[in-house]
Amino acid sequence: MGWLNFSKNAKISVGHTYKARKGGVRIKNFKVYRYDPDKIPNPRLDTYEIDLDNCQPMVLDALIKIKNEIDTTLTFRRSCREGICGSCSMNVDGTNTLACLKSISDIKGDVYIYPLPHMPVIKDLVPDLSSAYEQLTSIKPWLQVDKPHSIAKEHKQSPRERDKLDGLWECVLCFCCSTACPSYWWNSKSFLGPAVLLQAYRWISDSRDKQTEERLNMLDEPFRLYRCHTIMNCTNTCPKGLNPAKAIAEVKKLLVLRK
Amino acid sequence: MKTHNRPLSPHLQIYKPQLTSVMSICHRATGVALVAGALLLVWWVIAAAVGPEVFDKVQKFLTSWLGILILFIFTCTLMYHLCNGIRHLFWDAGYGFRLEDVYKSGWITLSIAVLLTSITWIFVIILRTTVI
Repeated sequence: MGWLNFSKNAKISVGHTYKARKGGVRIKNFKVYRYDPDKIPNPRLDTYEIDLDNCQPMVLDALIKIKNEIDTTLTFRRSCREGICGSCSMNVDGTNTLACLKSISDIKGDVYIYPLPHMPVIKDLVPDLSSAYEQLTSIKPWLQVDKPHSIAKEHKQSPRERDKLDGLWECVLCFCCSTACPSYWWNSKSFLGPAVLLQAYRWISDSRDKQTEERLNMLDEPFRLYRCHTIMNCTNTCPKGLNPAKAIAEVKKLLVLRK
Repeated sequence: MKTHNRPLSPHLQIYKPQLTSVMSICHRATGVALVAGALLLVWWVIAAAVGPEVFDKVQKFLTSWLGILILFIFTCTLMYHLCNGIRHLFWDAGYGFRLEDVYKSGWITLSIAVLLTSITWIFVIILRTTVI
């Protein structure tokens, strides 16, 4: 069982505290998970006091402020800072989200920030997502047609066919949903997880794709799809407001109906 | 790259409990508890088949405060699992996936489970006071 797999250095100790400058009125504590294979072999929780009157509104803004002004060694992924790239996914205040879309003012008390749950940590807030990416590759997330299609010709869809892809194509692959799923925590090797299954359904739903049967065959197996027990943490946490649980249910329905 | 020395990021201990996950784990726990409850019923029925002395003993236990407590927990468990099971059937049919509906159906499920348990026990109390 994966959950028994608390490796020796997975215990988190109390780390350093970085005090805010004197005179700040609205001070908020940011408690951030730190791990560095070279310098911090045992994960710890560092506390950064941030003066909110001197900080932009989002959690990512606070992290950037910490990195720029307090502790340059803090490591995290970020790019677009507007919820489009999916880089800054992390666990903030107990749920997974994109740090750039999470308001600091929505959080009561101290702000706890951890990497995406149940993932190997490379450094600080940067998890190793390579196995999740491999799973994504396994569902062949690209258009498959019977014969080579002329690039000079449009690949047409009716508006109704195109509508089926709404709520699926918007996924930015931040993996907030998969790493919020207890079923994925315990079975991350064999269960594909909500993010990848949403993508699988995206290609199954595509009227231009000709490998629908093959795609369904690949999922018709005890673990890849059916480890989903409709816990709904995925939909609850998606920072883009998508519904992976619904997508998975639709795939299950398709598998029942084709028999 | 070597990955096996990397720590696993915290999960269960830091993830906020929420209606979705708590009701799911309760569904599984009540499912397991119901097996124990079913064994209790089997014990009762077997005792009835064996004879009046044995049945008396079992009956005495089941009507003791401990027995009643166990039966009370059994009915709570049964009603919760029943209601949430029906909720799961709706999901299996593809309905009720909007997040607000998930929360609505969750609270409705909990309310109905409490209501059914209460009705059962009000019925038990009325029966006991009128029969004895």
